Parts: sequence; C-alpha cells; structure tokens
Amino acid sequence: MTPSLSADLTGPVAPVLRERGQREVFCGLTGIVWLHRKIQDAFFLVVGSRTCAHLLQSAAGVMIFAEPRFATAIIDDRDLSGLADANAELDRMVEQLLARRPDIKLLFLVGSCPSEVIKLDLSRAAMRLSQRFAPSVRILNYSGSGIETTFTQGEDACLAALVPLLPKSDAPALLVVGALADAVEDQLRRSLAALGIAQVHVLPSRSAMELPPVGSGTRYLLAQPFLADTARALEGRGARRIPAPFPLGAEGTQLWLRAAAQAFGANMATVRAATALQAERAAAALARIRPALEGKRVFFFPDSQLEVPLARFLHREMGMQLVEVGTPYLHQQHLAEELALLPADTRLSEGQDVERQLDRCRAERPDLVVCGLGLANPLEAEGLATKWSIELVFTPIQGFEQATDLANLFVRPLDRRTRLRV
Amino acid sequence: MQLAMWTYEGPPHVGAMRIATAMIGVHYVLHAPQGDTYADLLFTMIERRDRRPPVTYTTFQARDLGGDTAGLFQNALRQAYERFDPQAILVGASCTAELLQDDPGGLARALDLPVPVVPLELPSYQRKENWGAAETFYRLVRALAQPRTREKGGRPVCNILGPTALGFHHRDDVVEIRRLIERLGIDIGVVAPLGASPADLARIGEADFNVVLYPEIAGTAATWLTRTFGQPATKTAPLGIGATRDFVAEVAALAGVDPAPVLNGQAARLPWYSRSVDSTYLTGKRVFIFGDATHAIAAARIAREELGFDIAGLGTYSREFARELRAAAAEHGVEPLITDDYLAVEAAIAEAHPDLVLGTQMERHVAKRLGVPCAVISAPMHVQDFPARYSPQMGFEGANVLFDTWIHPLMMGLEEHLLSMFRGDFEFHEGAAPSHLGAAHADAPPVVLPANAGQSWSPEAEQELARIPFFVRGKARRNTERFAADRGVAQITIETLYDAKAHFSR
Ligand code: SF4
Repeated sequence: MTPSLSADLTGPVAPVLRERGQREVFCGLTGIVWLHRKIQDAFFLVVGSRTCAHLLQSAAGVMIFAEPRFATAIIDDRDLSGLADANAELDRMVEQLLARRPDIKLLFLVGSCPSEVIKLDLSRAAMRLSQRFAPSVRILNYSGSGIETTFTQGEDACLAALVPLLPKSDAPALLVVGALADAVEDQLRRSLAALGIAQVHVLPSRSAMELPPVGSGTRYLLAQPFLADTARALEGRGARRIPAPFPLGAEGTQLWLRAAAQAFGANMATVRAATALQAERAAAALARIRPALEGKRVFFFPDSQLEVPLARFLHREMGMQLVEVGTPYLHQQHLAEELALLPADTRLSEGQDVERQLDRCRAERPDLVVCGLGLANPLEAEGLATKWSIELVFTPIQGFEQATDLANLFVRPLDRRTRLRV
Repeated sequence: MQLAMWTYEGPPHVGAMRIATAMIGVHYVLHAPQGDTYADLLFTMIERRDRRPPVTYTTFQARDLGGDTAGLFQNALRQAYERFDPQAILVGASCTAELLQDDPGGLARALDLPVPVVPLELPSYQRKENWGAAETFYRLVRALAQPRTREKGGRPVCNILGPTALGFHHRDDVVEIRRLIERLGIDIGVVAPLGASPADLARIGEADFNVVLYPEIAGTAATWLTRTFGQPATKTAPLGIGATRDFVAEVAALAGVDPAPVLNGQAARLPWYSRSVDSTYLTGKRVFIFGDATHAIAAARIAREELGFDIAGLGTYSREFARELRAAAAEHGVEPLITDDYLAVEAAIAEAHPDLVLGTQMERHVAKRLGVPCAVISAPMHVQDFPARYSPQMGFEGANVLFDTWIHPLMMGLEEHLLSMFRGDFEFHEGAAPSHLGAAHADAPPVVLPANAGQSWSPEAEQELARIPFFVRGKARRNTERFAADRGVAQITIETLYDAKAHFSR
C-alpha cells in the first residue's frame, strides 16, 4: 500500500470529551519496568512507600530477576516524624546500594507521591550524591509519582532528566527519541541508514555512558507519543522536532521514515526505493490478517498515550471502526499528524471517569476493548473481548517487521473466542 | 528508610481491599492517587476474579493538592454510594493521602449516609498488608456484630473466620474445614469475610464459638468477640495430619461433641504414603522453611513429624507473630529468622544449604538460583497459587495435597538411589533433573560456594567432589572446608575429603 496523506486529512471534528473522575491507570513509576531493561547499566531507586514497592513488583509480574536493577527506599514513620533525617537516610540507602552493586554507572532517584508530598528534594539529593560518587557513578532524579505522571509519562520524565547531560554538538544529526526494543531499534537504524541519513543517534541508549550529542544541528524524531517534557528539553538544547506520525503499522512506519528523509533532504524516489520492499512485505502480510479485524468495532480505555496511533493503525490498515479512543493525555501538537489521519467522527476522550466510561462501553458493546489489567477480566466476564493495553507497551510493535505482530495482538483475543466451546 | 527490592506484603490498604473484595455488599472508598489503582490487578489478574474489587479511588493529582482534596473525597464517596448501593462502606487513605490528613472518617460522617460507614486508620508507614486486613475485619465486626439472641442449647453452631480474597488457598480451605466441622454435627453460622455480607456479620454473635483459620487475619476480631460476646476461639491451624487431629479434638471439645467418628473415619493418605518404602529417601532431608507465621510454623511440624525431615531453618515475615515463631524455632532447635528483607532470607538459605526449601514465591526464585528444589507454602500470591483444581492446604485432604506438593520437587525415591549407584554415568548424571520434571528443570545454575580464604582444593579433590551426587555436594564441600579450616589445612586433597567424610559421618 502506498500511503497517501491527501486521502482524508480532516481529522476528528467533534470536541474532545474531557473527563475528570476516577482514573484507572498506572503511575509513572511503572516505566521502570521497561527502562531498566533498556538502559542496561542504570539502576532506579524509588524513594517512596510500601505501595510504590508493591506497584513495581506487581507490574513487573513474573519478571523476577536475580537482583533487579530497581529498588525502593521505603519511607517509614521515623523519616516522617523527624526522628530520622530523611536526607541522611537517603544517603545511607544510596551508599548501601552502591556498595552492593559496583556495576551501576547511572543511578536515578525516582520521586513518588509520598516523597513529593513531604517535599523531599531529590534534585538536591542527586547533586549532593553525585559530587560524592563522581566520577564512577552519575546520579540523576525524576518524578514517577502518580500525582504528576501517568504510566508512560514516567519514561518521559526519565529521558527529560537525561537531556541536560547530553554532550553538545551542532553537527547535523538525527536523534530518535523513545525507548524501543533493541531489535526494533536496530531495524529502524538500518532503514534510516538506507535513506542516506549518516548520523543517527538514539535516546535512551543502551549504555548510560554513551549519551547521544545534541545541538542546533539536531533534528529529533519521536518514536513514542508520550514524550512531551523530553521534547521540550531537547528544544531547549537547540534541537528541532520532525513532525511525523508514529512508526506503528506499515503506513505509520513508512510515513515516519519519510518524514526523517525529507528533513535530511532525501528525494522521494530514494525513499520509495529504500522502503518499498519492506513496506510491501508488511502491507501484504497485514492484508492477510485484515479480514479478522475488518469492520469490527474497537473501544480504547486510556492507558499509555499510544491509543491515538494504535487507533489510526487499526482503522486505516485493518479497517476497524473506532467507537471511542480514550487517552490519558492528548498532546495536540505531537499527535497532529496522527489526528489528521483519523476519521472526522472519531470520539476522542482525554482523562477519565472510569465508571462513566464503562457505562459507555457497555452501552456500545464493541467487538474489542483495549484496557488495563484491572478491567480486562471483569469485562471478559461480561462477554466483551479485551486486549490488555500493557502488552502493547512491553511488546516490540514498531517498525515494518513488527506490523503483523501488532495486528495479531488484536486478532488473538477475537480468534480465541471463536475457538472456545466452553 | 528501608531498602526493598521485593516485598512479602503490600501496604495495609491492600489488606483492607482483601476484606472488601471477599465480602458482598461492602464498598471501600480509598483516598489515593491514580497509580494506586494497580491493586485492582492483584484481584482481577492474579486471582482471576470476574469482577472489579469494590473500591473507588479518589485519584487526586498534584494540581488538587493546593485545592480541595477533601471535597474530592466527599464527591467520590457520594457517587460511589449512589452507584453501588452498598450495605456498608469502608473509608480510608492510602500512604499518600495519609500525609494530606484529610480525615476520611470525619468527611464521611459529615455526609450522613444512610448506611454504616466504617472509618479505617491504617498507618501505611508502620504497618503492612496482613495487619491491614486484620484491622479492617476487626473494625467491620466491631461496627456490625450484634449480641446473641439465640437460646443456649440445641445443635452447636460455630463461625469460620479468616478467609479473604487473594488468600493462599483460602477458597478451598473453607470447603474442606466446613465439611470437617459439619461431619462433627456442628452447624456453621457465618463464614467471614469470604462470601459474607454486612448482614451476616451482624449475626456473628449467634454462634457458640469461632474457628480461626488464619490468625494473621481473624485473630484481632476473634479476640474482641471472645471479650465482648464470650465466644471462645480455636487456637490450632488445621495444617497437616497431627494439627488437623488436634483441631478436630479442639473443635469437638468447644462444641461438646464426640470427635471419634471424624478422627477414626479419616481418609488421609499422607500417613501411609509417608510410611511406604519409597518415602524412605525423605528421611533426614534438610528443609528450610519461610512464610507467614501460621503456614511456616505448621510446615515445620509437618516436615518433622509427618515426613521425617530435619528442620534446617525456620522463619517468617509476620513480625506480629514473632513470639510464636521463636517458640517453634526453639522447639525445632534452629535459630528463628524474623525479617521482611528477602536478601536476608536468601543469605540464610544459602548458608543453611538445605535439600528442600518450603517458602513463598520469593524463595522459589532464590531456590531456583541456588539449584535447590522448592515448594510454595504461603503468600505473597502468584497466579500459580490459584489452581483450577480443588487443592486445600487444610484438613485431611489438605495434608494429602501438601504431601504431593512438597515431595514433587524432590527426586523420586528409587531415582535417587539409582543416581547414587550410577554416579558419573553419562546419561544418568547428577545434573539431570528428576525425570518427572522434564529437561527444563535441569538448567538451574549450580551452587557456587567460594572457598574459604587461604584454602584451595587440589584438582584431584575437586574431581572427587564432582563425583558426589549434586544434592549433597554442597554439604560435602562445606563440611570438608570447615574440617580443613579447623585443622589449619590449606590444601584440600582427596585424603582431606575422606577424612572429613569419616569425621562427619560419626
Ligand atoms: S501512585 Fe504514588 S504512591 Fe502510588 S505507587 Fe505510584 S508513586 Fe507510589
């Protein structure tokens, strides 16, 4: 399929439904679950409560590693009552940790709701501790608290915290921003190289020590839609964003690569030549899967901010009808190219009142509901097919080669229902 | 502050959720930020519940902090009442809201709802999940239970207290124990909190006595019921054959009935399985036990009296029951381990070098790393701890289940003997897993114990050590090194190895 931007460039016209009520989403701490796999020499120390520790453990599920590269410094009564100096306690925790884990090169102090409410200043702590442990360990801080961040915004906060550390270079280069599975990152790098873009860097890099340079020659391309703060920080360093849809599906990937190519002056013939094979392969594979999804109605509960690009993929490439596309936060600017590709009558909702949204969902009886782990089984028990959204964050879904994996994530729950006779 | 990688218990409000979710007609309004809604998945995913927990979270955000978080709470409470129409409401705060000091109890009172509202004060920075569950159950019972109106006499009646949502095999334990009690000719009054409504709690006082299945959860409420309504409570957790027999005797005595029909008619297979010759190989296996206090203490008795194991270590994360665990450890002649630091537990296991670990999911991972077999005996809960089949831990059938679950990870008797006979055989070697566990189990990394400082093994001694079956190799190495160190021997030779063997086998 040759993507065409001229087809229906209208985008949703109905007003976005903005709701405030109970939200049913993770907090930004959850990002640690994939960030610690991506940045292989970093450690994440949450300064929080037993709840924070329990959230991480529950979200990480069965992924119990020998010694995970994350932990929680659990605030207790003594810290709150002033019996212990919380800053001194934190220093003690860090000492203990670094003594145990000499392999750590980068330590993130991750703020939580309790640390923020008691106004424990983690940026000062990070500075203080950095001086002490330099040069062997770098210590940074960001907030993953539930009062400030929703799920994937934790990654945004983490990457934004890295930006001031990036070395300066004004040489022309492309910076791909957002954590991707290593295999996906390598594929996209190969594609970008094939377009003739010589200098390609990524943030975050696999090693904390290999930070990509940034400066006025940097054009950055978001690989994830939830990176508002990181983008702002990069702009502050002189980098400029390449507007593009996100690399989900064959079309999304092709438009994403094309945007990069255009920004670096490649002509359309080169782009077509460089991506035709993969794009056609992916489109052909998707076409085989399409009948399983075509015409089916999908409802998105807000979760990862990936909802809009996913909805665009399911609608345009798989022929699904969009009943509601809920997202925790709708970044109009970063999503402009995505929104333009959605049908005019798409119902978008931002924020959440989970009870009312469930009412709407039950009334609509969609064929497939994309929702979080707390809602999936209860909705299945009510007879609705569901896809747990967290899998869309943990699974490699970007790029041409993953387009069918992405589609199959939505096919499987439907397929399963047609098989079962129990 | 305390450094934690993995925790055995969640925060106390998760304990409160376990009570609310177990019950019918109860709703919990929790002042908490959005991320705390993760707790729903414990019930919907791990326990595979088909309904959301009956919990409304206020999900306040940073921008609300300067404003009216109290108003937000009242709104959420009013809406939850209207939408869910509960018979009783719990209100409380999670760790973050506790710092805001909005006083959910007072705010709820001001709304003057026409149903009982029970405020919970669960200090998140001091207490943990089981304590939160116990406190919540106690507060509910205290608020709702009415004194007895039923005449004395007639068939004896008891309540069964303690089973919750997200409890370790609670679902099946209740079925098993209910059956056992009914066979004694005793009626069951209320089972709570699992499956009970506020109206059920109101008639809790009608029973003659209470059966406490899990003291961690029902202990506080049962003590209050004894004090207030004069209802005695059972003290024995019916885990294992011996404890189940004791439990039957205790229940029968409280009810004034004859235990003999149940004690004589028991169909437990554990006693015969344990006496059959294939089980000879279980003799003296060294077992390390860690879990909640009730399950750990009971496991130690079963291990020693019913399976013929030796106790190599005994511990719990339930600090509230440290006294009971210390007493049990003294009885078994081991040091008690009372900690919620899993790294300390890991170190203790490595040090004890057991043949089998009976622990939680955390110890299962530790044991896997150390290459030691393990069975899970206690929460924290994992999806595997909710099997589709009936698998109680308590009562006579529970004892059968325990026999199977604990023995399964070990070599079968015959297999183990053949292994020592054919040691060094190219297929039948020590690295092979028990045949019934399949090849996937064979790849656990070997235990590598560093030699003591200043000691070294001669290549020949190392080779000889490698011929010793893997399940005793660690012990042989440790003993030899200790033997050598005691005698100031720096280079361990084959002779040292066999000297040590002779020394320790005396
Ligand atoms: S929402 Fe806040 S208190 Fe809850 S787990 Fe997340 S950071 Fe911790």
